[in-house]
Amino acid sequence: MHEMAVTEDILRIVEAHAPADTASQVTDIHLVIGELTSFIDDSIQFYFDILSPGTVAEGAALHFRRIETRFRCRRCGHEFEPEARDWLCPKCHALGGDVIAGKEFYVESIEVAAKGMTLE
Amino acid sequence: MSQDRSSSSKVPIVQTLLTANEEVAADNRLVFQGHGIKVVNIMASPGAGKTTLLLATIQALADRKIGVIEGDVASQVDADLIAATGAPVVQINTGGACHLDAPMIRHGLKALPLDGLEMIFVENVGNLICPVSFDLGQDLNVGLISVPEGHDKPYKYPGIFEAVDLVVVTKSDLLPYLDFEVDTFRELVHGLNPDAPVIVLSAKTGEGLTDWTTWLAAQLGTSAQA
Repeated sequence: MHEMAVTEDILRIVEAHAPADTASQVTDIHLVIGELTSFIDDSIQFYFDILSPGTVAEGAALHFRRIETRFRCRRCGHEFEPEARDWLCPKCHALGGDVIAGKEFYVESIEVAAKGMTLE
Repeated sequence: MSQDRSSSSKVPIVQTLLTANEEVAADNRLVFQGHGIKVVNIMASPGAGKTTLLLATIQALADRKIGVIEGDVASQVDADLIAATGAPVVQINTGGACHLDAPMIRHGLKALPLDGLEMIFVENVGNLICPVSFDLGQDLNVGLISVPEGHDKPYKYPGIFEAVDLVVVTKSDLLPYLDFEVDTFRELVHGLNPDAPVIVLSAKTGEGLTDWTTWLAAQLGTSAQA
């Protein structure tokens, strides 16, 4: 359910950055989502399909770049992707680490094209 | 489908999502600070014992001026329980949403006597995932996990255990009957979040409750000096 708030925010950001002229349209929206944020691509797409008609983002394709969770071992500094039920550092076997990736959550870029030159 | 890429342009943005919520959360934080109120956001699964712990806490800290914001999908059940203690309480019904957000808190604050309060507990909607992503303007995040839920929860819901300032294991009176391994749980929490103390308690028997109230009192002390 919280993906609705996120999708509203995506539209707000896209509208703020899209060209003001009516001759162009947003064709692609690139999102970056870390695994730890627990946001679901399909759910964002679902709300996007409902909320985007009538906005500058109508018809745009959503692209999701997922970032795996990464730990930096506090004992030896090794960086690794933890397994679902195994957080041991593969080098020194210390448990866990500082989260250095996986909390990302942003609009990376949009692509804009002149109207009539994109979809047939 | 044909795309004429020569006429398209890429606009780099790199703007974090949910900033609208964070702006309202920052406003809430200013309101809390202006009144010298410490705000504790309680996050847990449904049935972990959030309300029961709050009831015991209000009783144990009877000399403190505590208010409560209750978040639930529906109903006034929890707020009625809190109100019976005499503590000021406001119920927020999210109408289906799985978390509280900053605008809901801003609205709920209007119903609390802020001038007379030292601490506000926000009981978030029962959920280990969604509340983590929505800043409310709180000072502290506390994660509750009850013994029946199992000690492997940090593996399954790392986000919340990474985000909290304190972890409370509730229903410790059930430890003799269930397979919850406290040491394993503690190791997993500290694997993610070495700075978060883990307190084990039972609001029902009172075991460990003073560890919790002592921690809370220490947070209030910090606030008084600030």
